[in-house]
Amino acid sequence: MSPFSGALAPAAGEISANVAHGTFTQMWLLIALPLAGAAILLLLGRRTNTWGHWVGVLMSAGSFAIAVSIFLAMRQESGGNRAFTQHLFQWISVGSFQVPFDLRIDQLSMVFVLLITGVGTLIHIYSVGYMSHDHERRRFFGYLNLFVAAMLLLVLADNYLLLYVGWEGVGLASYLLIGFWFYKETAAVAAKKAFVVNRVGDVGLSIAVMLMFVTFGSVTFEGVLGSAPKASQTSLTLIGLALLLAACGKSAQFPLQSWLLDAMEGPTPVSALIHAATMVTAGVYLIARSNAIFNAAPTAQTAVIVIGAITLIMGAIIGCAKDDIKKALAGSTMSQIGYMVLAAGLGPIGYVFAIFHLLTHGFFKATMFLGAGSVMHGMNDQVNMRRFGALRTVMVLTTITFFAGYLAILGIPPFAGFYSKDKIIESAFAHSTLVGLVTLVGAAITAFYMTRLVAMTFLGRARWPDDAHPHESPAMMMVPVSILAVLSAVSGFLLIHDNWIVNWLEPVVGFEEPVLGFNVNILQYGTLALVLVSAALGYVLYARRPVPEVAPVGSFLTQAARADLYGDEVNEAVFMRPGQYLTRLLVWFDNRVVDGAVNGTAALIGGLSGRARRTQNGFARSYALTMLGGAALVIAALVLVRL
Amino acid sequence: MNPANYLYLSAILFSLGAVGVLVRRNAIVMFMCVELMLNACNLAFVSFARINGNLDGQVIAFFVMVVAAAEVVVGLAIIMTIFRTRRSASVDEANLLKY
Repeated sequence: MSPFSGALAPAAGEISANVAHGTFTQMWLLIALPLAGAAILLLLGRRTNTWGHWVGVLMSAGSFAIAVSIFLAMRQESGGNRAFTQHLFQWISVGSFQVPFDLRIDQLSMVFVLLITGVGTLIHIYSVGYMSHDHERRRFFGYLNLFVAAMLLLVLADNYLLLYVGWEGVGLASYLLIGFWFYKETAAVAAKKAFVVNRVGDVGLSIAVMLMFVTFGSVTFEGVLGSAPKASQTSLTLIGLALLLAACGKSAQFPLQSWLLDAMEGPTPVSALIHAATMVTAGVYLIARSNAIFNAAPTAQTAVIVIGAITLIMGAIIGCAKDDIKKALAGSTMSQIGYMVLAAGLGPIGYVFAIFHLLTHGFFKATMFLGAGSVMHGMNDQVNMRRFGALRTVMVLTTITFFAGYLAILGIPPFAGFYSKDKIIESAFAHSTLVGLVTLVGAAITAFYMTRLVAMTFLGRARWPDDAHPHESPAMMMVPVSILAVLSAVSGFLLIHDNWIVNWLEPVVGFEEPVLGFNVNILQYGTLALVLVSAALGYVLYARRPVPEVAPVGSFLTQAARADLYGDEVNEAVFMRPGQYLTRLLVWFDNRVVDGAVNGTAALIGGLSGRARRTQNGFARSYALTMLGGAALVIAALVLVRL
Repeated sequence: MNPANYLYLSAILFSLGAVGVLVRRNAIVMFMCVELMLNACNLAFVSFARINGNLDGQVIAFFVMVVAAAEVVVGLAIIMTIFRTRRSASVDEANLLKY
């Protein structure tokens, strides 16, 4: 398949890089522009209210333009020669612990940079329209730019410590954006929840970085990944598992998935940008970037596959039961990221397809989230799909674009998901039949819940609230959505054409042709048939039959899925309650034992001092007696010691 | 004459002075008792100087006299002031500085 694959090709990716020259020296601007935008908008404050959002758009677009120019320059270089580093300054220098502030752009970072700045810019433009009625729009754009800058730092860092900075920056920006409407209690709580859950994952990353320093004496990609094969199996497995924990946090994988659904409290462009297209993919990036570690640690790889498989099914089941259109899409995001994580756990047969699916998913999920935003815009911010229905009649363009995303996620050829998801299913079957079946079941459930979603929203009969007057959204919103819809339709074919994406990424992440025990066509047609049957089932249940406006009680599974498969309850029972009891115990211990000892000592000393004070009675003669006694004692002591 | 006798005399004078400081209330008398104690010390110093055959004790005795003279000046001034304000030189009445 690839000209590099075969006996001669290294299975793992190469890590060496050239010093940046020419166009590549502009890579620092990729981060600096949005960061400057955020600084201008957040520091100058209200003075920028009237024009601030355009600064945000401009900075993001400028970053995208630079990304494109670097991409074009990179295409001129030969395949193994496309990685460039740029040394900006020495960041930390403590004895043998040297951390340079180095950026690195290679084929893997490049696709991320293009996705982040490209989709990011489109969402910036969309937000100008979507947030036009919000008087805090300028602050929103400041946060968006901050997010883009942090995400770019994450993917451009040349060492794990710098990556950690971007990682935390993304967490912070996500917190600020989820809680953008912080005066709503639900939004404030959701933001806090996302922050806390992400911190759990961040602990994993910090442990991984420390382990790397202990094992390799370095935290740079070259120092860590270059010498990974020489390290011991145990330390590699530990590092791999710690990285997996980090990925679980950012990518909302089981067991740290609970924040993503609540994160839908943020404005819809945030859900599209952060919780579908970019931030949640950071975990996949981390695993793909650390491929040398995972390749040498099969136990960690198996853990990655298991986590991906569990999340894939969990997300899909949750997506089936949600009536909130954004939460249904969030369940879908969880599930699709599960696909990517699973593919990344497959090793060299999966990394490329994980990234491939990540790109196509970035396009079609952004399309659908922005479409959902458009629907909400037209329906007075209503999110309950049971009050939608028949919106195809009034929102034609939204319907068309949404269907592009819908067909892409289903994997109907020639839409993007067909190419990327099928490749993952193929790789999964090449790994083992069990994993393959899981991905297949996931695909079927995906088809069902996505059909349910579009049927309840766009098809069937209108169930609009009385005060709703749905209308198409303005061009400012629909142009970006249309571009994304076109990308959802064609990106899969364009990227896989002539094996482009495989050849492009192979030098960084490595590639092995998945080998199936049977004909690939059987699998492709089988998957397609399964998806169509599943979609037909969804159509019959939710488009042909009337949808009740109030949700029926439903089976046990429906209730469980509606409650996010009791993820919060489990967290509450396992972590929160024992934690609360522990703190109560500690508070009691602190009040009674620690404070008791301290206060008791103080009271004792105080009481004794009160008694001792009485000796200061003001009579000079008693002082003289005391002195005489003291002098006698001293003399007696001297005499006794002398003897 | 045995030089130890001077030391006995010195001890007796010191004890008299100490008892006087402890039992008398009049500031002037207490003051004189303090002087008595100081001079008892001087006597002991001089005696030791004689016993040991060097001049160290004599020198210290001179120092004590100088300090005592200075102390008398300050002490009498204080006692005068107290007497003028309170019309009494009793040390037991001047007991305001306490707990």
